[in-house]
Amino acid sequence: MIEIRDLTKRYGRATVVDSFSLSVAAGESVALWGPNGAGKTTVVRCLLGLVGYEGSISVGGLDARRHPKGTRQMIGYVAQELAFYDDLTVLELLDFSAGLRRLDADRVDAVIDTLGLEDHVEKKVTELSGGLKQRLGLATALLPDPPVLLLDEPTSNLDAASRESAIHLLDRLRREGHTLVVTSHHMEEVGMLVDRVIGMEDGRLTIECDPTDLAERLGIRAWLQLVLTNGSTEAAVQALQEAGYDARRNRRGVLVEVPAQGKGKAVAAVQQAGIDIEDLEVWR
Amino acid sequence: MSTADQLVPAVSERPEPRLISIIARKELRDAIRSKWFWLWAGSFGVLAAVLANIALPGSQVAEFGNFGRSAASLVALVQIIIPLMGLTLGAQSLAGQRESGAMRFLLSHPVSRTEAFWGTFAGLAIALLATSAAGFGAAGLVTGLQGGGASAASFVRIAVLTWVLAVSMLGVGMLVSTFTNRAGAALGTAVFVWLALTFLGDIGIMGTSVATDLPVSALFFAALANPVEAFRLASLTAFSGSLDVLGPAGTYAIDRLGDKLDLVLLATTALWAVVPAALASIRFSRSKDL
Repeated sequence: MIEIRDLTKRYGRATVVDSFSLSVAAGESVALWGPNGAGKTTVVRCLLGLVGYEGSISVGGLDARRHPKGTRQMIGYVAQELAFYDDLTVLELLDFSAGLRRLDADRVDAVIDTLGLEDHVEKKVTELSGGLKQRLGLATALLPDPPVLLLDEPTSNLDAASRESAIHLLDRLRREGHTLVVTSHHMEEVGMLVDRVIGMEDGRLTIECDPTDLAERLGIRAWLQLVLTNGSTEAAVQALQEAGYDARRNRRGVLVEVPAQGKGKAVAAVQQAGIDIEDLEVWR
Repeated sequence: MSTADQLVPAVSERPEPRLISIIARKELRDAIRSKWFWLWAGSFGVLAAVLANIALPGSQVAEFGNFGRSAASLVALVQIIIPLMGLTLGAQSLAGQRESGAMRFLLSHPVSRTEAFWGTFAGLAIALLATSAAGFGAAGLVTGLQGGGASAASFVRIAVLTWVLAVSMLGVGMLVSTFTNRAGAALGTAVFVWLALTFLGDIGIMGTSVATDLPVSALFFAALANPVEAFRLASLTAFSGSLDVLGPAGTYAIDRLGDKLDLVLLATTALWAVVPAALASIRFSRSKDL
């Protein structure tokens, strides 16, 4: 469905994407993973023809450079920095977007319903919270029911409940056969949504792996904050250190460094020492 | 779910009037909701009505009739206000949308840059038509009520020329807008261009002609090279019937161009309405990055 060959993008002397190649099959779900400035958003903008580039991109068999409108017709896009026309209401914006895509009012009603925007349709875009804007972004992307969805940090502004709801929706779209390209910093999101992770750094592809291997391949670590019953802190630190963990006391209990996808073993080490854990938090 | 095969034939890569019309309607709606639009339209309407009222009875401008005095005042007002309005609107249009990211939203749809440009241009041009109509409507009402309506055709011609001037300034403003992603920078440049066209142009031509003994032919063509001056010349012929009032340059134009003078002035004004916008469209369509 998507073929990127030797994509290179330069801004002045800076090369932000460097000979990047990627194939995404129809119905496949891929995450572009990497730190800020890795080039993920630039790849997405190249796919949409928003910036010039060297190399070649095709979507659905169409050369994106020769058929920019045809390419965009197949793509629903959620930007990282959400920007719409602030003076339009939610309904007017969706109607405008639907008009540009030759869609009828039924589709507008459908996405309003899907994204739970019924109570906000008369609000101006400028009056929306970050979370509602993100839902509006998803609504405009889903409006044409496109075969390809480009989602640039699609849940970055959502609270926990809205994020779970959005991930559930995107997972449903993936299972229905949409092709998804997602940029994300969230491990859980990547784990739930994608079939393959493409790691990027300094504009280059650095790693390609299954999402379950990502944390291990990248050596991603997390911190567990354990809240314990009174008087058991020292014993917990000792048990964790004996199990090979970097653990230390802090004001709330014990802080222990763990592999991002191996938290359970640290918890088990504490429990096997006969210590009750009252609560725990995960920090990254 | 749609498949790629189903969607591919549905889109033409050629500019589609339907898309330009949708974008133009949105631009017009934005303009009408903007307080600046009402401020411009209101100010122009009130000033035009006041000037028409002052110019008609007991005016010291004895060379023209009632209508002429009213029209001369209006042309002077238009020369100042309309270029500023068109330039600032145009300058903020593309740069503002690029700065806010709204242009990326628009162009994530199956819409070409050419369609985005001409849709924006058309919407703003219609908004400027409404503003011009407000000014000339108010002035026409006052002139008509005071018995100055004998030259209605000329009055309409000046009103049309005013809109054409507004459109040409819109095109120049949008051309400025293609050079930057920052609305503030575009606005500042637009104000400088306004000063250059409205004040420095006139003073510069006069100063240069005195300092360099510029031939009258060069003086006339230098005037045509400024859209505000081209509008003034085309309007003068509408209500005075000649360019005698311009002195040697006007006499030269009449002698040299004769019956074609009117056509040359109208064609020049029309060219100014088309060329900057066309250049801006080409620049915007070819710009690599948004």
